[in-house]
Amino acid sequence: MSGTLRHEIRFTLNGAEVVADVNGSEVLTDVLRGALAQAGTREGCGKGECGACTVLVDGLTENACLTRALEVEGREVTTIEGLAGPDGELAPVQKAFVEKGGIQCGFCTPGMILSAHALLRRTDTPEEAEIREALAGNLCRCTGYVQIVRSVQRAAEIQRGERGTDG
Amino acid sequence: MVETRFLGKDTPRPDAAAKATGQALYIHDLERPGMLHGKIKFSEHAHARIVNIDTSRAEKLPGVRAVITAKNTPEVRVGFLRDNLALKSGKVRHFRDEVAAVAAIDLDVAAEAVELIRVEYEPLQGVFDVREALMEGAPLVHEFNADGSARTGNLLDLTFRHASGDVEVGRCDAVYIAEGEFSTPMIQQTCMGTAGCIAEFDPSGNLSIWAKTQIPFLAQRDFNQALAAMGLEGKNARVIVPCLGGGFGTGLDTHCYEYICILLAYRTGRPVKILYDRDEEFACLSPRQGATVRISQGCDAKGRLTFRDVDVLQDNGAYTSWGATYPSVMMLPATSLYRVPHIRFDAMIVYTNNTYCQAMRGYGNPELTWALESNLDDLAAEAGIDPVEMRLINCNEPGETTPMGLRVSSCGLRECLEKTADILQWRERRGRSSSPGKRRGVGLASLMHVGGSGRIYRSDASGMILRLDDYANVYVYSGGVEMGQGLHSALSLGVAECLGVRPEQVHINQTDTSTCPWDVGTHASRGAFTALNAAHMTATKLRARIFALATEVFPEEIERNWKRFSRKNAGATRPDFDFAAAAADPEAFELADGFLFTKEGPEEPWARVELGRFLRAVHFREGKSTMLTEEAFYDPPSDLPDWEKGKGNMSATYAFGTQGVEVEVDEDTGEVKILTMVAVHDVGKVLNPQTLEGQIYGALAQGVGYALYEEVLTEQGRILNPNFTDYKIPTIQDMAFPIELAFIETDDPYGPFGAKGVGEPGLVPTAPAIANAIQDAVGVRVHDLPITPEKILRALKEKREGVD
Repeated sequence: MSGTLRHEIRFTLNGAEVVADVNGSEVLTDVLRGALAQAGTREGCGKGECGACTVLVDGLTENACLTRALEVEGREVTTIEGLAGPDGELAPVQKAFVEKGGIQCGFCTPGMILSAHALLRRTDTPEEAEIREALAGNLCRCTGYVQIVRSVQRAAEIQRGERGTDG
Repeated sequence: MVETRFLGKDTPRPDAAAKATGQALYIHDLERPGMLHGKIKFSEHAHARIVNIDTSRAEKLPGVRAVITAKNTPEVRVGFLRDNLALKSGKVRHFRDEVAAVAAIDLDVAAEAVELIRVEYEPLQGVFDVREALMEGAPLVHEFNADGSARTGNLLDLTFRHASGDVEVGRCDAVYIAEGEFSTPMIQQTCMGTAGCIAEFDPSGNLSIWAKTQIPFLAQRDFNQALAAMGLEGKNARVIVPCLGGGFGTGLDTHCYEYICILLAYRTGRPVKILYDRDEEFACLSPRQGATVRISQGCDAKGRLTFRDVDVLQDNGAYTSWGATYPSVMMLPATSLYRVPHIRFDAMIVYTNNTYCQAMRGYGNPELTWALESNLDDLAAEAGIDPVEMRLINCNEPGETTPMGLRVSSCGLRECLEKTADILQWRERRGRSSSPGKRRGVGLASLMHVGGSGRIYRSDASGMILRLDDYANVYVYSGGVEMGQGLHSALSLGVAECLGVRPEQVHINQTDTSTCPWDVGTHASRGAFTALNAAHMTATKLRARIFALATEVFPEEIERNWKRFSRKNAGATRPDFDFAAAAADPEAFELADGFLFTKEGPEEPWARVELGRFLRAVHFREGKSTMLTEEAFYDPPSDLPDWEKGKGNMSATYAFGTQGVEVEVDEDTGEVKILTMVAVHDVGKVLNPQTLEGQIYGALAQGVGYALYEEVLTEQGRILNPNFTDYKIPTIQDMAFPIELAFIETDDPYGPFGAKGVGEPGLVPTAPAIANAIQDAVGVRVHDLPITPEKILRALKEKREGVD
């Protein structure tokens, strides 16, 4: 709003350096969805309760709606738009969600996928309990989560295959 | 059974990749050039006279483009009883009443302007309890009906009644009787994508509205009426449906915020967007209707049901939306689940100053089934009959016509019951409550629901247009709405299957009233059922045209194919088959996987003509140039019931199912842990296992929340838990128990490929199955959802004291 002090911040968004003009009260969701036109980061509650706006900051999951834009200065932010390869090939976790029916209305999907992606960066062999723990902050009203768990298990399998770590 | 190429196996949905990459566009993501942001000023009282609204400070705020109230806008009536106004005048009747609205250059300015609006109220006594609202002298929520006639009480003039046989005779015939009062709370649909719309007028006064709706064509009718009320008689509303972040019934009515958005857009001459935030979604969007059901059922010595007597009492809230009509669907299980000779059903719907309610998955069926299936277990206990046995004795059978007049064209209820009991290891586990402290129990409950759409309107139709281009792309125009349930998956597979192309050749167009044919809406588990029937009709017509044209074009194309083939394969010998003779008969052709060929004849690739090549040949014929588009309009074979008599075959077919649960109840804390769930549904035919399972799993999770913790809490009409911290929905951790699904394929004669609708059934019997398992575990019956630990502890205490 008028009269509020604005700051220029620089950070890495999906591998590319970006500059954004933000004020002190703006949260990352506003900047991503607004000036940076990355609509894939959804806003489901604005209070950190639903996880729809989950993004990765330096590889760790954060609710973009609770992250003040100023905080990402100099850091690396990954959104759903940053997962697919440069040729548009879906990341393993995206492929798995498509293949295993982990997606219905799709509103929670980007956040869900990023939480799963963060988990799969840590391990190729997550136990079901670890998957549930990693996605506990992401609400979904459509799926009952069964096919989401299967999607993450499938993503781990794809990843193991790609890394040649599969039996 | 029809053989299928694409249906019947796991197939990823066509919209999945766009959703996985974040490219799918929801109402939240849409913008129009010059768009303003609208914000609504809601009431600060549950019941009060509006003395004055001072908008002067808001109007002066820089960036504000319009401030509207009932005073400076035309009266726009909302709801099927027209008892609601887009902007309130005279008085407010609940906390979410819209008293003013603002359009501004951005959301911050709009929000600040709303804060600057000062409303002076004269508080009135409110009424928040249904029974109090029915008492003499209770405050009147509405003094007048929409037609101007005076009201004398809060009871709505809506009748949903059924009587068959004579319940008193049935009572006399009964050896055992169980009676109880069961209630269900209001719950929030909690779509992950909140509600919103964009309204925009063109220079000639026609409206385009991007709406989060499940009923684009009924919404068009509603909005056109609003345009007429605004003095724009004869102008049209074009309704465009973006990607929906969940529906669950929230999109079955039009909403005040949509009319306000239209009024703001018209006032400013600019596109205006109103988007609810989560607080508004919780506090200002109509939740699921709550109900109190008083039920008694009786049986003879052999367990045969002799009567069922049901009275429903509903808190309508301050205005009327579809929540009021839940009894129309309650009547279905009340009259028709299991065979009952004597039935009485009646419902009362009462105005209060609480929030008003709308549709949600199952629409009255879960409310009634909660009472019916809980009470039936009580009756079985009374009669000393095993609950599974009790249900089998009274099981519905295919071919029967129920007392309501529902024609059961197929029915797998018996198989559902037996299979559920089998998977649950009923005989081994039932009544074997383990050692005190943490006791285990099993329970089950069944359901019957509309499975072939549900006629609630004169037309229950679904139209479809299929358009082919030069490259054999098939464009589908359907009025049905994809809200996450998988309609587009059903459409792409179904059209591919019916027409004879590959699913990737099928493109589903955005639902838009200006391009798509009429459809009554996506509700009543009807999407796949009606759309696939429409697809079958349209594709059959399209195939007939293709085959007729093939008689003229096919032989020449085969000659071209052969020439190319023989050029590359010198010495190839052509089989002795007369294509020209065979092609004389349109019946000789087949179209499959996007290739046209004669059923008889060589099977080599050159003997098949790629559909795109064929279509170009048809297109570019001199003097006979043709492009192919076909349409069909499917209206299911069903009747609009007479609700006052409670008669009418409302659906083309009916879905059945049984769900079972094993629970562990902690007697010290009252906590319920679900150990396993089983769901067996008569789905007619499995079309896409993945999307089918997704529907059932999702509905089960909603059922678990409904059973154990979800409830919109209110105090004097104010909603106390408008956020996900205070209003808990199941998380992935809450659903960490094994779920086993099984499907009974009854191959319904009216179903497309034999399939029935399955969107809602998974939610319907979940709560009573859990309650019955709790009863088995600790011997207490909780009558009021949600079954919280407090209620279990109270019931256990009462049981102990009763025994003492």
